[in-house]
Amino acid sequence: MTQKSVSGAASRPGNFRRAASKVAVFIICLMPLAWVIWLAFTPGVGGSGLGPNPQEFLNRFLGDWALRFLLIALAVTPIRMLLRWNWVFRFRRMLGLYAFFYVSLHLTSYVVLDKQFFWDEIWSDIVKRTFITVGMASFVMLIPLAVTSTAGMVKRLGANRWRRLHQIVYLIAPLACLHFFMMRKGVQLEPMIYAGIATVLLMIRIWHRFRSRPGAG
Amino acid sequence: MLIRKPRSNEIRPSEITPRHVFENRRQFMTGVGMVGLGAIAGGSLGGLLAPETASAATTLATIKNDKYTLAGLGEAAPTDKVVASTYNNFYEFGTGKGDPADNSKDFQPLPWTVTVDGAVENPGTYDFDDLINPHQLEERVYRFRCVEAWSMVVPWVGISLGEVIRRLGPTSNAKYVAFETLYDPERMPGQNRSPIPWPYVEGLRMDEAMHDLSLLTVGMYGEVLPNQNGAPIRLIVPWKYGFKSIKSIVRISFVEDQPPCTWNIANAREYGFYSNVNPEVDHPRWSQAKERIVGTGIFAERRKTEMLNGYADQVGSLYDGMDMSKYY
Ligand code: HEM
Repeated sequence: MTQKSVSGAASRPGNFRRAASKVAVFIICLMPLAWVIWLAFTPGVGGSGLGPNPQEFLNRFLGDWALRFLLIALAVTPIRMLLRWNWVFRFRRMLGLYAFFYVSLHLTSYVVLDKQFFWDEIWSDIVKRTFITVGMASFVMLIPLAVTSTAGMVKRLGANRWRRLHQIVYLIAPLACLHFFMMRKGVQLEPMIYAGIATVLLMIRIWHRFRSRPGAG
Repeated sequence: MLIRKPRSNEIRPSEITPRHVFENRRQFMTGVGMVGLGAIAGGSLGGLLAPETASAATTLATIKNDKYTLAGLGEAAPTDKVVASTYNNFYEFGTGKGDPADNSKDFQPLPWTVTVDGAVENPGTYDFDDLINPHQLEERVYRFRCVEAWSMVVPWVGISLGEVIRRLGPTSNAKYVAFETLYDPERMPGQNRSPIPWPYVEGLRMDEAMHDLSLLTVGMYGEVLPNQNGAPIRLIVPWKYGFKSIKSIVRISFVEDQPPCTWNIANAREYGFYSNVNPEVDHPRWSQAKERIVGTGIFAERRKTEMLNGYADQVGSLYDGMDMSKYY
């Protein structure tokens, strides 16, 4: 990334392409939200395209996409390591912030639509129900990552401290998967698929770290 | 296209065919084509009509049971029929709420038999009709409360479980009634996976089974039970969480000891044998104090869940002196 920007003014078209690709990814990432808003305003069984239990549908939809974006953001580094597609790196921050965005909507739909601002119920959920405790812990840990995602913050913290802080995502991802697994009744396939993907993404990093001595690869 | 296709398959350019034969052949092919088209049209029409005729056109001859009417439920509004038959749990057809309706379209419930065994005077394998026909079908409007904190109001059609049990004649050793759902992964595709152990089994204490509220259900909304709701025969015990109301029953056993129940086997901490609706005993993963009435919209307020789902006056005495938080 830095190699290219060194060439500065000479790469105007490159800059433009880079900006355009960012806008494109930005819009693509909004599609799930656009889709669910569209559903909310189309007719369907039980009132709208969200179905007979719209609160449940919305909350699960947003939770699904929060987890998907989290895993997609986590996939950036392994993709760069394995495929050497350096260009994916420029979307990493945006993907991570989208994960945070969808988690925030997931939490908002829970507070507003699910629990309808009954704070006592919300509080007892958080302390009593392990899967919500786990979800909440993941959310809280995501906050500092979102806050320190700007270039200014990276500078302020210093690259090393910034990297160490952002390593808590290796804890957040398994917790988010656990949250999903615990929330489903019985032993279901879907949460295990997500957990499997998260495991692979983390294993690649570990494998790479052990392998990547100077001269290797 | 339909007519041309077989021709191009059968007559290769290398083939030398006398013209008259060709003409005949062409005629013949046209004939086949027409028959083929007819057959296809007939087949697809039949395919399209079959599920509809099976689910919609079969109205049941019922009487309304005056004790269990909509008016008796206070401010309740009946749940939309489409909602009640497209949003439900029936893991035999998949774990999503829409899966049962999507994946049970080809399920043929009839012919159906129910095996009756155990401590009973009239054991045997009963044909569906032989089990149901001696009794009067009645419609009863009940609240249906799922353990997942959602609820519906459904007009079920069925026969009194107690009357059926009396006819079958349990012996004095029969302390519990156990039920079993069909296990047939070819017909119930959800059984190809194992979110819960198969076959699905459930049970009631004898006095619960004999209670007037317990309904052997064969229909809803005046019509034959849709496949996705447990066709052709299921249980409805309205004061218990929905999963106690076992679907597609193939076996009724009269037993001396408390029978195993699927969700209790899957997770004993979360699902007890009794599983009575109780706003004061939370599910470990969520509160049971309130319920969302499905189909009432995104901003609808949740309803306070009633003790024993509002049937406390009728069934409360079954649990006198029992610690309901211990025997959940
Ligand atoms: C990193 C943070 C989080 C992620 C990635 C996440 C993801 C998910 C996923 C994937 C599901 C299952 C959706 C499905 O079944 O398809 C879910 C369910 C749920 N989440 Fe989260 N979640 C997070 C944080 C939270 C927080 C902070 C709360 C609330 C305090 C919360 C409350 C819930 C609830 C109540 C459900 C269950 C919905 C239901 O039963 O219908 N989650 N979440």
